[in-house]
Amino acid sequence: MKRLSKYRRHPLAAALVIGLGLLLVGSIYAFATPAAPAEASNARNQAVQEGRQMFLKGCSSCHGLNAEGTKIAPSLIGVGAASVDFQVGTGRMPMADASVQAMAKTPQYSPTETMALAEYIASLAPGPAIPSQESLNYSRDGNLAQGGALFRTNCAMCHNFAGQGGALSQGKYAASLMGVPPQKIYEAMITGPQSMPVFGDRSLTPLQKLSIIKWLKNAENEKAQGGIALGKVGPVTEGLLVWTLGLGLLIGAAVWLGAKSK
Amino acid sequence: MSDTQATKSGIDNGAFDFLDERTGIAKALKNNLRKIFPDHWSFMLGEIALYSFIILLLSGTFLTFFFVPSQEEVIYHGSYAPLAGLQMSQAYASTIDMSFDVRGGLLMRQIHHWAALIFLAAMIVHLLRVFFTGAYRKPREFNWLLGIGLLTLGILEGFAGYSLPDDLLSGTGLRIAEAIVQAIPLVGTYLAFFLFGGPFPGHIFISRLYTIHVLLIPAIILALITVHLMLVWFQKHTQYPGPGRTEKNVVGYPLMPVYMAKAGGFFFIVFGITAFLGALFSINPIWLYGPYNPSQISAGSQPDFYMGWLDGLVRMAPNLETHAFGHTISWNILIPALIVPGIFFTGLALFPFLESWVNGDKNEHHLLERPRNAPTRTALGVGGLTFMIVALINGGNDIIATHFGLSINQIMWFSRIGIFLLPVISFLITKRICLGLAHKDRDTVLHGRESGRLVMLPNGEYIEVHEQISADEKWTLTQHKQYDVIAGQTNVDSNGLQRATGIKGRTRRALSKWMYGEQVAKPTTADLEIESGEH
Repeated sequence: MKRLSKYRRHPLAAALVIGLGLLLVGSIYAFATPAAPAEASNARNQAVQEGRQMFLKGCSSCHGLNAEGTKIAPSLIGVGAASVDFQVGTGRMPMADASVQAMAKTPQYSPTETMALAEYIASLAPGPAIPSQESLNYSRDGNLAQGGALFRTNCAMCHNFAGQGGALSQGKYAASLMGVPPQKIYEAMITGPQSMPVFGDRSLTPLQKLSIIKWLKNAENEKAQGGIALGKVGPVTEGLLVWTLGLGLLIGAAVWLGAKSK
Repeated sequence: MSDTQATKSGIDNGAFDFLDERTGIAKALKNNLRKIFPDHWSFMLGEIALYSFIILLLSGTFLTFFFVPSQEEVIYHGSYAPLAGLQMSQAYASTIDMSFDVRGGLLMRQIHHWAALIFLAAMIVHLLRVFFTGAYRKPREFNWLLGIGLLTLGILEGFAGYSLPDDLLSGTGLRIAEAIVQAIPLVGTYLAFFLFGGPFPGHIFISRLYTIHVLLIPAIILALITVHLMLVWFQKHTQYPGPGRTEKNVVGYPLMPVYMAKAGGFFFIVFGITAFLGALFSINPIWLYGPYNPSQISAGSQPDFYMGWLDGLVRMAPNLETHAFGHTISWNILIPALIVPGIFFTGLALFPFLESWVNGDKNEHHLLERPRNAPTRTALGVGGLTFMIVALINGGNDIIATHFGLSINQIMWFSRIGIFLLPVISFLITKRICLGLAHKDRDTVLHGRESGRLVMLPNGEYIEVHEQISADEKWTLTQHKQYDVIAGQTNVDSNGLQRATGIKGRTRRALSKWMYGEQVAKPTTADLEIESGEH
């Protein structure tokens, strides 16, 4: 010990001790953690590799070779698999043009390819995962009326009272929520695509999110109560109808009554 | 006397005699049933408004049987599942119950709301007809003012009805109304407090508004309509110019049986069309809007169209505020929501008086003017209408943006510039069109109308043969009065009287030149003689 202790003031001693400590902790950790099944790990690695290849071909020109982002596109490190599934799965990415905002269109990647891309992005840093179908059983879980109230408090100011979508500034818009699969709605809430804010689990619990989806799905399938719905956008279309069809019929009748019988 | 008549005609008049001996109704009917009304479809626009008001009274009475005007909070337990268990005001809950749990309730609500839109729209087109034909001229200036009053009350009444169900949209509208009241300098805050009984939304406003909506304003509207119609009766209806029609007669059909049948039938047509809209088209789906909650708002929150122009003006106003002596003056609300509408409606109300002051015409007018024969007025009307339409378009800017793939900012800038520019452009274009049509009229009178028949003369020249129009048609095209510009050169007018040289006189001369400086002189007898000599 004496031989060792004479080096304890050596400039490299601290570094050596820390290095040894790290090695020890690392080794214990490596042995203590149960090793992932080799096969699954391999499959995932393969998906990540495939995803990376697709990313390099299709996405890196804007998002950078390592998804670190560029002047024209944000970094994707930490956005999570849910974000990829939403953006690519709804066809928003890759963008048709970079003018105002990415619009939903026919997806450019197959579901398998989308999963591979998601795996790759998720492998870069932790982020929101894709919600499982089991967790999205909105017909079983959630409260319809509460969902409506939550929707009006959190969503209606952009997406309109009936989820028909609405205008934002400079040509941007909040998309219509009609016909959007529950999984995509959920992913949008947890990832906050484009102008949308993120609704984390602390602002809306998973059950509350499910209630909103329940209400939206009900609104989508609800029979039109008062007749033809006129787009569910409020008084503008009602005014348009009264000035065209309404007054058209009435003035037509007046002209008919005022016409001289010959 | 009645007995002898009864035996003479061989009809038993028992019931009628009974009535007549007690009320003297026979004389009243004899005098009034034969009253003549001129026939034209545009004279029935006001009728549409009248009938839709009757429909509003009838359907509204039905609604009062079920509506509870209270802001007391209740928990909803009705049959509409997406609202089950939510806290809401009784006003909202009772409107939902009325819609889903009262037989015919939703249909009645929709008929009531469509009738309200028709009421306002019909009043507006009626006003336009009266304006563009100069029907407001002496002796009908009071009726013009009554009409403006009715339109204003109609807007208020509609807004009150829109606000009653206490849904998300109506609460949003009230919030804006409160902001407009607050924008009145100095007293605004107090007024808003008095109105809502404390800070917004308070607990008493719906019940106050209910009394205003079902009692106060309808009573005033009914009274004004009565006076409006009595004046039409007393002053007799105006008529379009034509052969045999003068300032002293009315050419048309008697009330009984022609107008009784037409007007009675038209009432049912209007009711039928309103019921058709109510049965087929959803209006104000308050169950989708949800109960009012000050923390909520929907994208695309709009008022009904008769307030839409006001919303549009507020939306386009730049963000201007002044802070002085501890007060905030919100010019961004004050100017678009109070000052501009104030100027517009005051100008509309005063127009008949202004026009007769400028042209000095104090005669009675029972013959209408054709819009082309008053080009500046017609152009002014179209300019004013354009102003309103631009404002209305901006009121729906968010809906237009989403449905036509436009930017809301582009629409706003279009409106900001267009609200100044487009009325001027439409004024100029309309005036040109009017003058062009007046030129055409002059040509038709002097040379006849184009027959479409081309004839080759012996020298090879082609001419189109014109057919002379009848004397009746000539009269119709030349009967109108044309006003002279007040000459501004000398200080003495044609009667040797001293001219007003003050600002009033100068203004009048300038306006006179602006209104009558450019018009197509109608052909004189001399012109006609020269022309007939040529042919």
